[in-house]
Amino acid sequence: MKKSVFFGALTVAGLAAGAAAAGTLDDVKARGKLNCGVTTGLVGFAAPDANGKWEGFDVGVCRAVAAAVLGDATAVEFVPTTGKTRFTALASGEIDMLARNTTWTFSRDVDLKFTFVGVNYYDGQGFMVPKELGVSSAKELDGATVCIQTGTTTELNLADFFRANNISYEPVPIETNAEGQQQYLAGACDTYTTDASGLAATRATFENPGDHVLLPEIISKEPLGPLVRHGDNEWGDVVRWTLNALITAEELGVTSTNIAEMSAAPGSNPEINRLLGTEGNLGEMLGLSADWAKNAIMAGGNYGELFEQNIGESTSIGLARGLNAQWTEGGLIYSPPFR
Amino acid sequence: MTTITDPPKESFRLSQLIYDTRYRSLTFQAIAALVLALSIWYLGNNLIQNLRAAGLNISFDFLGDTANYDISQRLIEYDSQSSHARAAIVGVLNTLLVAVLACITATIFGVIAGVLRLSNNWLVRKLMAVYVEIFRNIPVLIWIIIIFTIMTAVLPGPRAFRGDDATSSMVLGSFAFTNRGIYIPAPIWGPGSMVVVATFIASIVGVFAYRRYTTNLLYATGRLLPVLWPSIAMLLLPTLLVFVILGKPIGLDFPELKGFNFQGGIKIGGPLIALWFALSIYTGAFIAENVRAGIQAVSKGQTEAASALGLRPGRVMNLVILPQALRVIIPPLISQYLNITKNSSLAIAVGYADITATLGGITLNQTGRAIECVLLLMLFYLTISLLISAFMNVYNSSIKLKER
Amino acid sequence: MSDTHAESVAFVRETTIPESPPPATERGVVKWLRENLFATPANSVLTIAALYVIYLILASTLPWIFGGLWTTTSLAECREILQGKTGACFSVLTERWNQLLYGFKYPVEEYWRPNLAFLLLFIAAAPVLFFDLPRKLLIFTGLYPFLAYWLIWGGSALVPIVALLGILGGALVYQRFVKSSFAAGFFGAILAAFVIWIVAGMIIPENASENAMLRAVPSRDLGGFMLNMMLGVTCVSLSLPIGIALALGRQSDMPLIKWVCVIFIEFIRGVPLITLLFVASVMLSYFFPPESTVDLFLRVVIMITMFSSAYIAEVIRGGLAALPKGQYEGADSLGLDYPQAMQLIILPQALKISIPGIVNVAVGLFKDTTLVSVISMFDLVGMIRGPILASTEWNGVYWELLGFAALLFFVVCYGISQYSQWLERRLATDHR
Repeated sequence: MKKSVFFGALTVAGLAAGAAAAGTLDDVKARGKLNCGVTTGLVGFAAPDANGKWEGFDVGVCRAVAAAVLGDATAVEFVPTTGKTRFTALASGEIDMLARNTTWTFSRDVDLKFTFVGVNYYDGQGFMVPKELGVSSAKELDGATVCIQTGTTTELNLADFFRANNISYEPVPIETNAEGQQQYLAGACDTYTTDASGLAATRATFENPGDHVLLPEIISKEPLGPLVRHGDNEWGDVVRWTLNALITAEELGVTSTNIAEMSAAPGSNPEINRLLGTEGNLGEMLGLSADWAKNAIMAGGNYGELFEQNIGESTSIGLARGLNAQWTEGGLIYSPPFR
Repeated sequence: MTTITDPPKESFRLSQLIYDTRYRSLTFQAIAALVLALSIWYLGNNLIQNLRAAGLNISFDFLGDTANYDISQRLIEYDSQSSHARAAIVGVLNTLLVAVLACITATIFGVIAGVLRLSNNWLVRKLMAVYVEIFRNIPVLIWIIIIFTIMTAVLPGPRAFRGDDATSSMVLGSFAFTNRGIYIPAPIWGPGSMVVVATFIASIVGVFAYRRYTTNLLYATGRLLPVLWPSIAMLLLPTLLVFVILGKPIGLDFPELKGFNFQGGIKIGGPLIALWFALSIYTGAFIAENVRAGIQAVSKGQTEAASALGLRPGRVMNLVILPQALRVIIPPLISQYLNITKNSSLAIAVGYADITATLGGITLNQTGRAIECVLLLMLFYLTISLLISAFMNVYNSSIKLKER
Repeated sequence: MSDTHAESVAFVRETTIPESPPPATERGVVKWLRENLFATPANSVLTIAALYVIYLILASTLPWIFGGLWTTTSLAECREILQGKTGACFSVLTERWNQLLYGFKYPVEEYWRPNLAFLLLFIAAAPVLFFDLPRKLLIFTGLYPFLAYWLIWGGSALVPIVALLGILGGALVYQRFVKSSFAAGFFGAILAAFVIWIVAGMIIPENASENAMLRAVPSRDLGGFMLNMMLGVTCVSLSLPIGIALALGRQSDMPLIKWVCVIFIEFIRGVPLITLLFVASVMLSYFFPPESTVDLFLRVVIMITMFSSAYIAEVIRGGLAALPKGQYEGADSLGLDYPQAMQLIILPQALKISIPGIVNVAVGLFKDTTLVSVISMFDLVGMIRGPILASTEWNGVYWELLGFAALLFFVVCYGISQYSQWLERRLATDHR
């Protein structure tokens, strides 16, 4: 720790935050803030509003983790990252976790040395085209100009898809979603491709969303989830089980409205009791307080609530639960038991 | 009575290391070497530790792997199955392409603006001053974005060309200005086209030979042959003749709206145009200032002397002013070319696939090999600029005033 | 005789005719027009062409500017009010004014701090820029960096104070020992500064920033035009001393030092700034000790400072080379040693020659600070391309935003270059 004092004295106290080598969890606790990497702006998932307050589905995950670890959902420092900077930011320790619709792939997990702690959104890559183009299938896109965000898995999927179907296309690489939107609306590309959720979110911001359709083809599996650095399993567990707590809470019917009463005293369902810390010592095992999961759920609600508030059908983005329904309702969202 | 005392015995004291000029420089260098070695060791050690902690290693093997992404702007064969190395080469060629194009047009803009800044015409002079000041004082990144936005937001999309009530039409039926780029007719090289090309090249050589002949004749005998019209005739007539005799072997492939895009012809992509134009007009403003300074550096007496000899104003400029001004203009001009090459790396802002966008962008993102990619990138730019400065040094020494 | 003579002349004027005005074509506006606009046919063509160009530009921009709206809350509303008429939606500027200037995270109630720092900047810069002002003001210039740091970042005031003390201590030691030997003074000063920093660093309590007078603002929250200004000012002022050192090093007789400087300068000048920013964003953190994280702002400052110091070094080298050899010989013959000769004879003259060049580098650097938007920092351009254009209300407002950014940069850069020209005239002591 002396090193941090030294750096502080070197007039960079505000700039160089020293960090002990012990582990991310201790670091976060010592710092009193969680550094969470998010996208630079994708409405519904993570975007600053007019007052600079971050909002969205991924932001909700960050806040839940902050609440679980620090008991304060606002103790989060959001670090906007692009497709290019996100992995370095995580690898270099600039951020503690990355919740930026990042696809879980083999090479990112194994080669880039990250640990994906779970999936908070099952997505797939889709295409958006203007209605007036009269295209009804992605296979009719022969010769089309395609806007695509560089540095993402979608870029690779796109090349694979067109090659597999033996049709040609012209990629227009863009850096951010905002640029893609601009290019697409100006007609500089015929179709915009990214994760289907992102397309829906983008379309929601258009002046006339009805003029654009999402094509039925989903050309890839994109399990999006939060990730942490390899090798720090304690921290990985914290993030993993915070996510699972949100999912389990929905499954068990624990919501932000009834949680206060449920956590007041042990109820009849032992799993709820274990989850909310009224029974057993799960929090202690994680190195957190007993009411960690309660705090996480209070931060923005359970998984279902987060979904509905940020990207659900009642919002302008209007995504259906689909694959992201609980397993009990035919979806893929499934948490291991709290036991 | 002179006694020569022996020079004091050379005995080395430690303080000599600092106070004696003979040793001081050695001391300082030793300290510098030590500091240097320590910092290299420190940084290298940190790097190794960090890499080990992250479980990464430095390896350039990824260059041979399949790139898996497509590039639309390419000068050589490339598809998603090519290697990352090939993608990098595509990027290198694209960088060089836009740099060369921008150097040429920036020089043209710059020379025109620089000469017009010295014009007798007040309005033109002021207009050029405004051009120079506006473009020099606003960041090139903003210019690139502005011009790219003009491209995409103002020019019509290919859709506007479709149907009976098309809102846009092709210029002269052969040029299409769309927000994806400009489509121009492409030559089709039929059989015998090489003969036409060869004739054309031969004509160019012929023109140069003729000009040299007239100059020599002028110096030897004082007889002045007409130059301009014979040159034009020599340039065009034989080629046209061969072209017609061989039955028009070179055709034109016109762009046509098919499917989503224009097909056929040559496409000059929107990002390329935006970058090219922005770099030329921005650097042109700097070159204009160089040109103006160069011309003003030639003392007024030179003009007056030339006029006194009876030279016409055009000849004064060509024979007296410009040769002297060029000596002043060219060194900063070359460093402007260097700037263009370096600024072309801003291609990343408009999605032009130069080396920064392929190797430093997509490849870096997909492989996560940040250190390797950035190192290669710097190596490339360093090579280019060292080559250009080497060329500049050679040029500078060749035009150096031979002082007697 | 005289009579005959008088009679032989029919008329003798005895008073001077009042001066008649010159012909209409040779005076006033007409003459000026003839000489300046329509001197030759080719000239007239140029004039008409230029007038046409001006007309085109004004015709397309003026209605747009004067038809602009300033009070709507979204693009859709703006377009509704305009109803297809030409007009700008300047309301994006009024509505996002704070974001454009300060980024979207700097706490609103603390805006007075950067504002104050910005005002003080003028006072601090004045004695450097204008030589006629009392030299005492330089004391404030020296204090300014620490004051500005404290104002903008907030937190414990102890940090900048300790930094200042370290430097003062170093300076004292230098003064004390430089008489005996420059090297002793120089290294002693560095040593003293470090000792003060380390000792004081241990004394400052860990949580000093928590209930400080000014709320601490992490540098991640800086943004907008403020970020451009800060990067520009910080990097230029840091790179000046480094640039001088590099330039002297490049001229040095010591081969090792010379070559280190040459390689550094040529390397930095050979690569584009954007690759150096990539280094800052993706590579540099690997070179810091594993257990420390240095935030992006500082990494960017390091790289941009390296970048500009190489350019400034080249400008100063030009200044050094332009000095006549006699100055060096004169200094030697007075028996001055190297530091004295540099300090008293060479550098004052060389720097004076280099000032216009340095100002040019500074302007270029200030413009280049927009490049940080490429590595996801939210400077003015980053704010425009990121949060503002991505927002539901304002996506599609390009010209107003880009025009505003261009205008801001133009005002600052044009101002500086005008200053540089004034200075050049002022410093021109040769009478040509």
